[in-house]
Amino acid sequence: MGRGEPVKNPQAYDVVIGLEVHAQLTTRTKMFCGCPTTFGAAPNTQTCPVCQGMPGTLPVINRRAIEYGVRTALAFDCRVNLACRFARKHYYYPDMPKNFQITQYEEPLAGEGRLEVDLPDGTSRTIGIQRLHLEEDVGKLVHEGTLETAQASLVDFNRAGVPLMETVSKPEIRSPEEAAAYLRAFRAVVVYLGVCDGNMEEGSLRCDANVSLKPAGAAELGTKVEIKNMNSFRNVQRALEYEVRRQADALDRGERIVQETRLWDADHGDTRSMRGKEYAHDYRYFPEPDLVPLKLDATWIDGIRGALPELPRARRQRFVAAYGLPAYDAALLTQSRALAEYYEAVVREFPHPKLVSNWVMSELLRELPGDDERAIEQATVTPARLAGLLRLIDDGTISGKIAKTVFETMIRTGEEAGTIVRREGLTQVADAGALAALVADAIAGNPRAVEDYRKGKTAAGKAIVGQVMKASGGKANPAMVSKLVEAELDKLTKR
Amino acid sequence: MRAFIHELTDAFTRGETTPSKVTDAYLARIATLDDKVGAYITVTADHARSAAQASDKRYREGRPLGPLDGAPIALKDVFCTKGVRTTCASKILENFVPPYDATVVDRLARAGAVTLGKSNMDEFAMGSSTEHSALKVTRNPWDLTRVPGGSSGGPAAAVAAGLAAGSLGTDTGGSIRQPAAFCGVVGLKPTYGRVSRYGLVAFASSLDHPGPFGADVTDTALLLGAIAGHDPNDATSLAAPVADYTAGLEQGVRGLRLGVPDEYFTKGMDAEVEGAVRAAIDVLKGLGATLERLSLPATPHALATYYVIAPAEASSNLARYDGVKYGLRVPGRDLIDMESKTRAAGFGAEVKRRIMLGTYVLSAGYYDAYYGQAQKVRTLVRRDFDAAFDRVDLIVAPTTPNVPFRRGEKADPIAMYLNDVFTIPADMSGVPAVSVPCGFTASGLPIGLQLIGRALDEATVLRAARAYERATDWHTRRPELS
Repeated sequence: MGRGEPVKNPQAYDVVIGLEVHAQLTTRTKMFCGCPTTFGAAPNTQTCPVCQGMPGTLPVINRRAIEYGVRTALAFDCRVNLACRFARKHYYYPDMPKNFQITQYEEPLAGEGRLEVDLPDGTSRTIGIQRLHLEEDVGKLVHEGTLETAQASLVDFNRAGVPLMETVSKPEIRSPEEAAAYLRAFRAVVVYLGVCDGNMEEGSLRCDANVSLKPAGAAELGTKVEIKNMNSFRNVQRALEYEVRRQADALDRGERIVQETRLWDADHGDTRSMRGKEYAHDYRYFPEPDLVPLKLDATWIDGIRGALPELPRARRQRFVAAYGLPAYDAALLTQSRALAEYYEAVVREFPHPKLVSNWVMSELLRELPGDDERAIEQATVTPARLAGLLRLIDDGTISGKIAKTVFETMIRTGEEAGTIVRREGLTQVADAGALAALVADAIAGNPRAVEDYRKGKTAAGKAIVGQVMKASGGKANPAMVSKLVEAELDKLTKR
Repeated sequence: MRAFIHELTDAFTRGETTPSKVTDAYLARIATLDDKVGAYITVTADHARSAAQASDKRYREGRPLGPLDGAPIALKDVFCTKGVRTTCASKILENFVPPYDATVVDRLARAGAVTLGKSNMDEFAMGSSTEHSALKVTRNPWDLTRVPGGSSGGPAAAVAAGLAAGSLGTDTGGSIRQPAAFCGVVGLKPTYGRVSRYGLVAFASSLDHPGPFGADVTDTALLLGAIAGHDPNDATSLAAPVADYTAGLEQGVRGLRLGVPDEYFTKGMDAEVEGAVRAAIDVLKGLGATLERLSLPATPHALATYYVIAPAEASSNLARYDGVKYGLRVPGRDLIDMESKTRAAGFGAEVKRRIMLGTYVLSAGYYDAYYGQAQKVRTLVRRDFDAAFDRVDLIVAPTTPNVPFRRGEKADPIAMYLNDVFTIPADMSGVPAVSVPCGFTASGLPIGLQLIGRALDEATVLRAARAYERATDWHTRRPELS
């Protein structure tokens, strides 16, 4: 089967997709020990006997990780289990220090919930969530040179023990596009909640999918295939599109789908079977005897519920309703909590929602190194300063064009708009006397334009206005110049 | 030489001798006698001397750390000691040097105890005779042809032979009490969670209990007092305040209700053991305790249940020994080959047997029938004790059904396992239990009396043991070694 070929008979099958999303929690310390979780440190510098799985060590639950899990569960309307426990999942892999992972199995932190997903066609769907549980991450294997040529594998345990939150959707996603939309909505929620940085490239957010096809309208589900190694939104959609085609083609040929795990290969644009006995695991789950069952306090959970922030979808809807913003603006401004808060802070001081939206979307986002929380929080142009700049436009002190130059200076120097405008003499010339002289000069210097205007070409007046603006170094008040030029030309032409 | 810690530290306080002199004497005795007994895997003479000198100084300055300051002790080689190899008597950890101290090791050091060395055990604490040590043979000081019991055979033999004044062991299925009985010393298994497991190399997490050996009940109480208490590094450790275990030791047993369980006096048990234990119960009655016959009906099922739960947890806990991070590595052509060869060469037969057993009982399709069922039986064992302690304050019973056997006598694993039939129920339920010497066979082999108490009621267990000890002189007898 070639790439990009359309499914021969796409209507013949219903696509059924379930997603398992692993989110690294942004706790300061690891799930079961006090080591820091910072990404990118020198190998094995963020480890201790516990996360290295040394003999004799014991895990201790990170309370903050539980809090983050509960916060997310509440945001997804999940049922939080007041009693839950951890279990051991066994398999041998050198990046896993104990050769078992502490996870949750029969008694997860939270059960059923839902996520509202907005689709590209403007409609929305509710996707069910089956469960949410916490576990520890594994380390990483490092190779000198390439995997093929390396003489040895080295293990870096810095990531071992970092808290992971696994959220399993119900098999209710109906297309690769919906899967990507689900993942985007998921990311927006966890980033809003401040429990995950949402960075798929660094692996803070990882996604596996279960895909199956069934004859259109059939009740019984088809054989599912697990797809792993999709490390971006784009790859999730590409991988699932490929897999749906692959399965549809196989079914068209009358073949049976094999239940298996397949790896997405982004370079080749296909999925490949992970065959071999070593992948046929019996995880031998049993309750983790080193941890007592976790009992959560209902009052504590209520406290977390009460402190939940407004979630991205609700905020987007509010931005349209309360500020009259176009859907596009609302979606863009609410993609990160910091950006939305920045926007609202500006609007509070300068209540012109659409103008503020234009400035935030075009000028601010262009100048900042990124739209992530940190970039916005550290922006030299604070919401109050941006509001100050916009006020200067509004009261006619500077022109919109000058304002953009002033904004660039503000980003660079961190100064107030007023300070820059005063120092650089950028105040608009609004003195009718001074402008009259400039207008007279421009008219005298452009007899041709005056003649055109007389013949009824009103556009010729705009050329004169441009001349005046140029002569003022851009500082003339454009509205006032227009008025004066028009009056002057009328005088001349009516003569 | 078999000195009591409380006598030694009194002598230090009075200035009659010093921790350094006593430590040197113990080290000299180890040098002379340990070839015969084989209690130690590693002797830490330099560490011991410098700790003893620090203790000397504290006594000179009149500010000793407490009743254990300067006490020479041994640690079962299952407790991690920073910078000192910790082998678990296994080839797979033969050269493993931990980067940290177990909580109990740290607590003993803070109490001023002087660690003489790391003592022998069955590999990974799996066994009842210390014959499963891959590194050393330990002999019973009372009869060198016989085993010291196990798995804490080294710590028990060290105290019995006067090669340490006290020691720490672990009890997962009788591994403190059975060797205490076999070696004629006192051994206490505290309540589960009373003493931290952090730094104790795990065998079966839900059953592992660290605890002390002493030459008498008072020393045992002193050691318990130093190691007991909540540890934030062990999520299963209990927050309850620690009692002063020596305060009420001399209060006697008058008015205490003692239960005598039918299931602990079985057909086939050694007649001399039964006789000595029944005589001991009479002594306690004579001291003013009341006796009540009772039944702990789940007892016959405890042993089989233990051999599901303990191997299951062991198969998981021992998965980490793969040659990748620490310990033995046998090279192989690829990762799986290296791991297989390492584990094949590093683990002994008994450890492998239990890993296989545990892997099997946790497997898909068998879990409910074995592990799930075993947890239910474990609940029944607990309920037995709960019900019994509604009626009585303590349960009195033999520690073991028989006397120390000869090396190699119990080649059949099941015959070996049956040694622990009377000790395993207290491990399964987590309640505290002590073994205290209660006599000798005609051929001079020690016998142990077991006292089992309510959860966290170590004080009553020790008080009754002390009352019995005071009324007898078994604890003053010494094996002849030269």
